[in-house]
Amino acid sequence: MRKYTILGSNDTRSGFGQGLLEAGKRNQNVVALCADLTESVKMGAFKEAFSERFFQIGISEANMVGVASGLALSGKIPFIGSFAAFSTGRVYDQIRQSVAYSNTNVKIAGSHAGITLGEDGATHQILEDIGLMKMLPNMVVINPCDYNQTVQATIAAAEHVGPVYLRFGRPKVPIFISEDTPFQIGKALMINEGKDVTILATGHLVWEAIQAGEMLAEQGIDAEIINIHTIKPLDNKAILKSVAKTGCVVTCEEHQYNGGLGDSVAQLLALNNPKPIEYIGIDDKFGESGKPEDLMVKYGLKSNNIVEAVQKVIKRK
Amino acid sequence: MATIAELENIASQVRRDIVRMVNACSSGHPGGSLGCADVMCALYFDALECNPENFTIEGKGEDMFFLSNGHISPVWYSVLSRRGFFPVSDLATFRKLGSPLQGHPTPKYNLPGVRIASGSLGQGLSVGVGAALAKKLNGCDHLVYTLHGDGELQEGQIWEAAMYAAGNKVDNLISIIDFNNAQIDGKVENVLPNGSLKDKFIAFGWEVLEMQGNDMKDCVRGLSEAKKLTKKGKPVVILMHTLMGYGVDFMQGSYKWHGVAPSNEQTVNALSQLKETLGDY
Repeated sequence: MRKYTILGSNDTRSGFGQGLLEAGKRNQNVVALCADLTESVKMGAFKEAFSERFFQIGISEANMVGVASGLALSGKIPFIGSFAAFSTGRVYDQIRQSVAYSNTNVKIAGSHAGITLGEDGATHQILEDIGLMKMLPNMVVINPCDYNQTVQATIAAAEHVGPVYLRFGRPKVPIFISEDTPFQIGKALMINEGKDVTILATGHLVWEAIQAGEMLAEQGIDAEIINIHTIKPLDNKAILKSVAKTGCVVTCEEHQYNGGLGDSVAQLLALNNPKPIEYIGIDDKFGESGKPEDLMVKYGLKSNNIVEAVQKVIKRK
Repeated sequence: MATIAELENIASQVRRDIVRMVNACSSGHPGGSLGCADVMCALYFDALECNPENFTIEGKGEDMFFLSNGHISPVWYSVLSRRGFFPVSDLATFRKLGSPLQGHPTPKYNLPGVRIASGSLGQGLSVGVGAALAKKLNGCDHLVYTLHGDGELQEGQIWEAAMYAAGNKVDNLISIIDFNNAQIDGKVENVLPNGSLKDKFIAFGWEVLEMQGNDMKDCVRGLSEAKKLTKKGKPVVILMHTLMGYGVDFMQGSYKWHGVAPSNEQTVNALSQLKETLGDY
């Protein structure tokens, strides 16, 4: 098992803020819109640096999507930011018509995604956003795993022409991807080569997968771990190549696995190379208030859960 | 610049196009289309600065128009084609398989004139606000126009956008409301009353004008006055009084013609009331 060092700890939303600032420096067409959550979604630095390119929309997310679409028509590259629950589910029809169907160059930023938003509870802990967004034609869906990858993903989203959904979170999580690791939309990142099982992880669950990989190595199980930062388009080639070698898969995500990464992978395997699969994710439930770490344990998203899923899936080979 | 008589001639032909298009595919929305034929002609043949031969999505150096109530696509398609955005013969493909003239407008098939999809109501004002903001950022002096149904104003997003536009002095925007008091289920005042739209828009901080939308002279006057009110710190709205189905006696004034296609017999009757001025497609 390749050794990963914790380089630090930071929230992925801060990675978005840094990436947005950098994208704004590189391209003056980058603009940002926010619905009364400027600091929460870390748009403050962009606002300060480029005040004329920042739009405070107020608590009206539907209008924010439309205004962004109008800006995009004239060559602007708008990033709209809110909590993931409000930047996706709340405005699904607006995104569907004015962004995805119209293929406008709008970047939808969803912060505070998943149960690790914590104490605010289920109203704010969206666990369905990846599914909602990936079902829309033309939409790219990215769920980066740490601060550094979120910086890069944000810059890549600005450079990509077309609608993008960028999902990130609230709590501080380990940084383990180096700043110079290449990031390409749709290209999975190999974390550890192995032969016994393929672990496909997205978001901060990649770190849980790495820890699981170390525990599995002690048991003599050689896990291949792949970071699927782009859920759509899925890196079919990388996944199928890995599964052809290992013969079984565990998917890991902080999302309903119905509609999430697990669902995408299951479809891919069913059509190309049916093999046993186990899911780490949320099983058709809403979240609840609590500390992020406690919620991770209660909802079975920790490294030990991944280890158990691996043991189970290997038996099914 | 076209004279009132010339604009009226174009509108008569546009009304023929609308009836024939909707009849040919046995579906579509003739009522609002007929009611808005005059203003759309006044807009595209008089007020709007646009480049039909070199249409671009970006709309740099020209005015931009957004149809928010996308279901009245027949009138838009007819006016666009009569203005030279695409061949008039394309109107025969309306709502048919493989046509860029979809039931509700979309840029997906690169139809010149259309920049964004509409159909799901209430989104066009926000889009117009965004386009107007982009014009300011780009240093473009031109205007953005949007058209909405009065029933559409029941969508909350309209009022989000109305609040934003006034609060942020989006004063290069002219929104036209087709005030015909008709929607699918009946009169707007019965389905869900809008109350006083004039008072509402004034309270939201807009400059409000009224005009008679089925009087070409008043359409030209209203659009011209609206233009003069732009760039003075407020967005401008025109409450445009129309009759649904205007120009065809058995449709005129009835909400029942919102989304029903005339039969062949009714089409013959309707066409007998509308002069062919530019040649049918």
